[in-house]
Amino acid sequence: MTIQNASVSIKNLDLSFGAVKVLQNLNLDIGDGEFLVLLGSSGCGKSTLLNVIAGLLEPTDGQIWIKDKNVTWAEPSERGIGMVFQSYALYPQMTVEGNLTFGLKNAKVPKAEIAKRVARAAEILQIEPLLKRKPGALSGGQRQRVAIGRALVRDVEVFLFDEPLSNLDAKLRADLRVELKRLHNNLKNTMIYVTHDQVEAMTLADRIAIMKGGKIMQLGTPAEIYGKPQNLYVADFIGSPSMTFFDGTVDGNIMRIPGHDLPLGRYEFTSQPAPGTPAIIGIRPEHVMTGDNLRSAPYTTVVEIDLVEPMGSDTLVYCKFGGQTMRVRMDGQAQVAVGDRLTIGIDPAAASLFDKTTEVRL
Amino acid sequence: MADTGMLNAAAAVTQPLRGTLAAGPRGPKPKNKFSRSNIIIYGTLFVVALYYALPLYVMIVTSLKGLPEIRMGNIFAPPLEVTFQPWVKAWQEACTGINCDGLSRGFWNSVRILIPSVILSVAIASVNGYALSMWKFKGSEVFFTILMIGAFIPYQVMLYPIVILLREAGLYGSLTGLVLVHVAFGMPINTLLFRNYFASIPEELFKAARVDGAGFWAIFFKIILPMSLPICVVALIIQVTGIWNDFLFGVTYISSPDRYPMTVQLNNIVNSVQGVKEYNVNMAATLLTGLVPLVIYFASGKLFVRGIAAGAVKG
Repeated sequence: MTIQNASVSIKNLDLSFGAVKVLQNLNLDIGDGEFLVLLGSSGCGKSTLLNVIAGLLEPTDGQIWIKDKNVTWAEPSERGIGMVFQSYALYPQMTVEGNLTFGLKNAKVPKAEIAKRVARAAEILQIEPLLKRKPGALSGGQRQRVAIGRALVRDVEVFLFDEPLSNLDAKLRADLRVELKRLHNNLKNTMIYVTHDQVEAMTLADRIAIMKGGKIMQLGTPAEIYGKPQNLYVADFIGSPSMTFFDGTVDGNIMRIPGHDLPLGRYEFTSQPAPGTPAIIGIRPEHVMTGDNLRSAPYTTVVEIDLVEPMGSDTLVYCKFGGQTMRVRMDGQAQVAVGDRLTIGIDPAAASLFDKTTEVRL
Repeated sequence: MADTGMLNAAAAVTQPLRGTLAAGPRGPKPKNKFSRSNIIIYGTLFVVALYYALPLYVMIVTSLKGLPEIRMGNIFAPPLEVTFQPWVKAWQEACTGINCDGLSRGFWNSVRILIPSVILSVAIASVNGYALSMWKFKGSEVFFTILMIGAFIPYQVMLYPIVILLREAGLYGSLTGLVLVHVAFGMPINTLLFRNYFASIPEELFKAARVDGAGFWAIFFKIILPMSLPICVVALIIQVTGIWNDFLFGVTYISSPDRYPMTVQLNNIVNSVQGVKEYNVNMAATLLTGLVPLVIYFASGKLFVRGIAAGAVKG
């Protein structure tokens, strides 16, 4: 996908540390005002990519363009970026105000302008009462606000976030996540956000890039990534609890897995595979139908319940199906117990099919 | 607070009742103050303390006695008649060679050597450590290794080559030459110290400063240095004591008795073979010489421990 008037463009980017290739021939266009999330497990190269965009690491090959300017060799401060770090990285010996103004003073911004920008950032982030305090006297959430403020006062096109919420506790993380989304709606800056938390990725992103081994496995909207994962890795990575996978073969409109022949009637094939192609079908726990929904199910069967995990809003049920332990998400109020027999319905249209050898979506 | 107070009171009321209900032990476990391990620990500590304190005691006591009293031989006895004359003599009148103006000359020589040496070596080593930990360049590890090897070469090996170097530079025998030698020899250990301390500073702080447009020197002076007081104090102490106590370089690279540092002069006073051995003056002179490191330790002990620990954690 090519984007007109891209805010940030990464072109054929390579990065190696010695013999280790951390980023491999990476291409990525990020639109103006877009919120792009780089998602992946640790070591996938997402933070490295962010550091290269920021200019804190030098690429081995390739180019980085920000706002139609080739900044591949530019200093971090000259790229028009602001960055927020996981550990906040506030200067401990300076007050909050000192932290906010440090970059502006380095850039020799006039005093009146500095005061104006600090006042604006402090108002947006509601940190006015904290301006005279030192970072040591702030809570984690307040520190992260100040860190965001430090990016805000720079008045830049592109914001880079490196796992900014990972150090916060769960409740605060959820609060700040909402605030970040609101901030993006108001400011309309381009934001590139690195995280390993898929909830953050799904809720914040306009588009998500899922990375693995220095490559982008899939780039798309949260809905695309969740509904139509392009390969087995993405399918397994996204969704919590994750998909259950069954090995089998595709025969025309039938997916044969041990003990069951699932009709693929409404499944949208990317490319129709040859009969007898070994394939993997992935079914999300929330797409297994139970109770009243069963009427619309193209395929129903009866299973025995192995294990029940009540989670409050949902109940997760484990049962034997097709030689696997399948996860089924039921309502939190569902009255189920181990050993009960349960009728489940499967709609392959909502499932994902992958070629067994290439692991690419069929 | 009121609530917890009430709860405590309520708990206290029920306490005796519980005591009668279950007669088993409760509360903190009583400790035997005279257990065998305690006796061994405190006994050892006492002996070691005595071992270090006794010579110091003898020195102080002797330095406050007159010569007739010393000749009576009771070195542990406190002075019958306290006199500060030996201290005055050691400072002002003791003779080394043809100079008879006491240790004061050596003291000021040592100060003139100490101050520039310490400032220069700490300043250079901190920048070295900063560059080696945060601005890694191609070959920085090799450079660091070479520097570390320098720390393990015995001084004796380098003694004469440095004489030649100083002579060629026209600095042999001068205080400037000695300062340069001290700075060079302090470099490996202090660079290591600073490098390890800086390595424990979060890398993201450094990155944030770079995004904020700060360069090599701005980051060093505005971000890193203000966080480095403990390690600066450690380096300061190591350098001050090392340079002040140095004898070898002082006696080797200074050519004239007029410019000898205090330690060399002390040696000359104590070892002078002319006339009577003035033990009280010798003791006073020795105590005077040891005073500067002592003051430094007392003044900065707490920071010293903190800095050593901070530098030691991460390597």
